[in-house]
Amino acid sequence: MILNYSQPLEISNLSAWLDTTLRSNLSEFWTLLIEFVLVGVLLLAAYAVIALVLIYVERKITAFFQARFGPNRVGQYGLLQSLADMIKILLKEIIHINKVDKFLFYAAPFFMVGASMMTFGAIAFGKGLQAVDFNIGVLYVTAVSSLGIIGVLLAGWSSNNKYSMIGAMRSGAQFVSYELSAGFALMTIVVLSGTMQFSEMIHKQEYCWNIFNGHISSIIAFFIYLISGHAETNRGPFDLPEAESELTAGYHTEYSGLQFGFFYLAEYLNMFIIASIATAVFLGGWMPIQIKGWEAFNQIMNYIPSYVWFFSKTGVLIFFSLWVRWSFPRLRIDQLLNLEWKYLLPINLVNLLVMVILVLTGLTLTDLFPSWF
Amino acid sequence: MSSVSQYFSGLFTGIRSLMKGMSVTWVELWTKKVTAQYPENRDTLVISDRFRCELTMPHDTNNEHACTACGICVMNCPNGTINIVSEMIETADGKKKKILKQYTYDLGMCTFCNLCVVTCPSNALKFENTFENAIFTRSKLVQTLNHEGSKLREKKKETPAPVAE
Repeated sequence: MILNYSQPLEISNLSAWLDTTLRSNLSEFWTLLIEFVLVGVLLLAAYAVIALVLIYVERKITAFFQARFGPNRVGQYGLLQSLADMIKILLKEIIHINKVDKFLFYAAPFFMVGASMMTFGAIAFGKGLQAVDFNIGVLYVTAVSSLGIIGVLLAGWSSNNKYSMIGAMRSGAQFVSYELSAGFALMTIVVLSGTMQFSEMIHKQEYCWNIFNGHISSIIAFFIYLISGHAETNRGPFDLPEAESELTAGYHTEYSGLQFGFFYLAEYLNMFIIASIATAVFLGGWMPIQIKGWEAFNQIMNYIPSYVWFFSKTGVLIFFSLWVRWSFPRLRIDQLLNLEWKYLLPINLVNLLVMVILVLTGLTLTDLFPSWF
Repeated sequence: MSSVSQYFSGLFTGIRSLMKGMSVTWVELWTKKVTAQYPENRDTLVISDRFRCELTMPHDTNNEHACTACGICVMNCPNGTINIVSEMIETADGKKKKILKQYTYDLGMCTFCNLCVVTCPSNALKFENTFENAIFTRSKLVQTLNHEGSKLREKKKETPAPVAE
């Protein structure tokens, strides 16, 4: 049993201990099997718990932006509200609709949840807390998160409802457009850090986060990523796929009970996933704030466990997304596509070029001030 | 203005107006929330005196009310909310007199229009602002307004106005 006394609160201590005990008592096969099952169960549990917390936080912050109190009756400060809502949605009847394409209709929510679950596995929650760490992590995340749109399109198509169909098509157009921007923004940072693997990318940001390292270009990429991530998750001013005044509820109009719950869950988790990828790529992931040369300071910062750093950085980004959501009116579909194709995409392409020049001519902060960072 | 400069000025004015909007919501986030927290603020809650919640028949300290059982309120009530049971008695000096036996008021039927109070010739009725009237059984909404053993307040002997000399 190897305990890391300098970082006593890290979960990786526990997992390392578990791994060594299992390996000393069981064969390779059983060790791996038990660990896989454990990781899967933990990820699923985290998925549900994070969604519950996010729903509570979202409702509370939304309320404060609108000069209300938000949920404050169930439990102290309404803390049990989302738990109660979860129980309610689990008990609700799933209404079976006659003229839907049965197979696709029932499969659609699983596409949504499956896609966001697969992305969820690639998130680095803390030191050693990452289930999937490919050497092409960024590519994997971009590819897998796009699968969610298949769920949306299937839901809209199979519902046999014009509102659902229009909502799904809008969502599709929006997603395809903004995926491009998000991909380019991530590519800009891949150019800067020279790797696509999340763990390596985070390690490289130990003393200088990517958002500072590439200064002007990184900041532009950061904001473009946030905007397009926002649009991809159908939230904030970009929620026109489910514009209730026009389309009742968009692609999930016909869904009820737990099936609707899946869409709801996936929507919240997608917000979290976008924020956590932005954290990993731009804000140093779970890395504590470290300054070269200040050993005592670094030591103190290291005492705060890495998952706390990760969740606080992600929390700031989620707060930012809520702030945007409750500040701006909903865009029209043509304004939405204008923003992407006339503004974000050209800026993004130029930005990528600028980043390449910065990296090649050695104008990034780590190149300019190697003794500081 | 050329289209290029239009593009960039549009971009920057757009960003500036978005920032302005966000600053407004940021201020709103921290403003004090004024929502009244109802069950907790019972002690400090102020309900207007004119707010009509429940019909009452004011009784004085001698357990006397002013209702003469004339039935005008019953006639004026648009919903048939009020029911009066009266009886004829003979007073000591041999006159026949109608007195109130039971004044029944059905809160569940009432539209709080105030017509009964307005038309009452002897000002026997009053709407109170006690608003917490929700209960679980409908039959409990039917209330008897005159108290047990109450009687009509005797009119004060009218002293003749002093005649100017």
